[in-house]
Amino acid sequence: MGMTMTQKILAAHAGLNEVKAGQLIDAKLDLVLGNDITSPVAIKEFEKHAFASVFDKTKIAMVMDHFAPNKDIKAAQQCKTCRTFARGFDIDHFYDVGEMGIEHALLPEKGLVASGECIIGADSHTCTYGALGAFSTGVGSSDMAAGMAKGTCWFKVPSAIRFELKNALKEGVSGKDVILHIIGKIGVDGALYKSMEFGGEGLSSLTMDDRLTIANMAIEAGAKNGIFEVDDITVAYMKDRVKRPYQIYTPDKDAYETIMELDLSQIKPTVSFPHLPENTKTIDEIKEKIAIDQVVIGSCTNGRISDMRIAAEILKGKHVAKDVRTIIIPATQSIYKECIRLGYIDIFLDAGCIVSTPTCGPCLGGYMGILAENERCVATTNRNFVGRMGHITSEIYLASPATAAYSAIAGCIAGKGGM
Amino acid sequence: MNAHGIVHKYGDNVDTDVIIPARYLNTSDEKELASHCMCDIDETFHTKVKQGDIMVAGDNFGCGSSREHAPIAIKASGIDCVIAKSFARIFYRNAINIGLPILECEEAGNRIDDHDEIEIDFDLGKIYNRTKNETYQAEPFPDFIKEMMEQGGLLKSIAKGVK
Repeated sequence: MGMTMTQKILAAHAGLNEVKAGQLIDAKLDLVLGNDITSPVAIKEFEKHAFASVFDKTKIAMVMDHFAPNKDIKAAQQCKTCRTFARGFDIDHFYDVGEMGIEHALLPEKGLVASGECIIGADSHTCTYGALGAFSTGVGSSDMAAGMAKGTCWFKVPSAIRFELKNALKEGVSGKDVILHIIGKIGVDGALYKSMEFGGEGLSSLTMDDRLTIANMAIEAGAKNGIFEVDDITVAYMKDRVKRPYQIYTPDKDAYETIMELDLSQIKPTVSFPHLPENTKTIDEIKEKIAIDQVVIGSCTNGRISDMRIAAEILKGKHVAKDVRTIIIPATQSIYKECIRLGYIDIFLDAGCIVSTPTCGPCLGGYMGILAENERCVATTNRNFVGRMGHITSEIYLASPATAAYSAIAGCIAGKGGM
Repeated sequence: MNAHGIVHKYGDNVDTDVIIPARYLNTSDEKELASHCMCDIDETFHTKVKQGDIMVAGDNFGCGSSREHAPIAIKASGIDCVIAKSFARIFYRNAINIGLPILECEEAGNRIDDHDEIEIDFDLGKIYNRTKNETYQAEPFPDFIKEMMEQGGLLKSIAKGVK
């Protein structure tokens, strides 16, 4: 049996010619990431065990994005802990308020992740960077601390499900609909311990933003990582961003135990109902009127410029329904600036939305849009677990930026043609 | 290594947002995290849990966020072992890394009920249900993981070599 893309990257980083599924390895890391929630726990461990130094100050990234700008005194203390540590060890990639963005939008934008690299992050959505052909996976704070000290991480080599992409997405359908469709099919543990590897002739119809959204939610199917084959679109994306050499890995033909064909042209706008991402319905299957109280457009899943563009095109000249609080969060400073330059912010404000500085805020029920008892929200975020965005009786419906924008205008879950 | 305690039983897909809701992640204090553990699905957990108790659940335990606060909160609550039909992978490695023993066992997940009294022999992977007089077999830890657990977790096991 040949090797998957993931296995080839892991083998190269473990100094081995070959690895097999199930094998335990120690792999060299190209980047170790943490945020303001997970880094303090890692720092506590790092200091408790009195490591003298970090393995490489240029290969650690810390992003203050979850509860930043500081939502309360405790959150402020946590950011302060990170800041002090980053200054103490002269960490190159420490991103604080004013420079930060949502980590998984920021790192690809800054060129800190590239094809063929081996990356861990103390954040479950670290799998996002697989969009660029990297092996990238979410870990915990102990792994982050060990990674910062040693520059390596232990892995159990995963097997993989191959998604063979065919044809192209229809207009109005985006990467979010693709990944919700997949999770609806295979379930929230459908790829447990496995890699989800994407390739095939349909790949060329997916933009980088589509791929980033799809890889981002691989974790919601239980996957260790999501990874895309590298093509001209990936190379063009990395051209002005990545300043170092990178490797491109292609999978062996006989590497996969499961291959799923995915006809992109058949995918419809899809919504995940409470309280699991696998509870999907296509927009035309929703017959009842589901009134909503809030819409959130943003997050590491859908806060990129194309997401903003889709929302702006739909909201232009319209107004959100009365009593639907619509919160739009461009994911990074540069996306925010681009939204200003392109006039999107005016469109959003004129439509009755608010626009927030980059933050994970409401996605994980931190702040900036918490739900009250029995309230409903359509969100472009990634999880709709019980209590995720607020009160335990509140409900989150996961959807694409287009569905979220149409729903904000309609006041209930809606697609292009309305309810 | 052994464990012996009373079971707190939960279902499938227990996610890290209910194990420790994000609104409490503005601290890394173990006791404080423990005081909110499981609160969104079981308000009384933190008052009824006793040192040495055991948590049992269905499939995909610990899915969702990578927050290590989740196994930390469970361990600091007094739980000595989590048994589930399957674990989400980040939770699995986090638990091992912090030295919280976990066992995957389909039969135990199916047969064990809330309040059952359980004994575990980790070396053999044997789970004995004293209440029902039944024994279930789980995979014992691979040597690599066993050594890490015995040394008190990932950081302790690597600290000596790196300093």
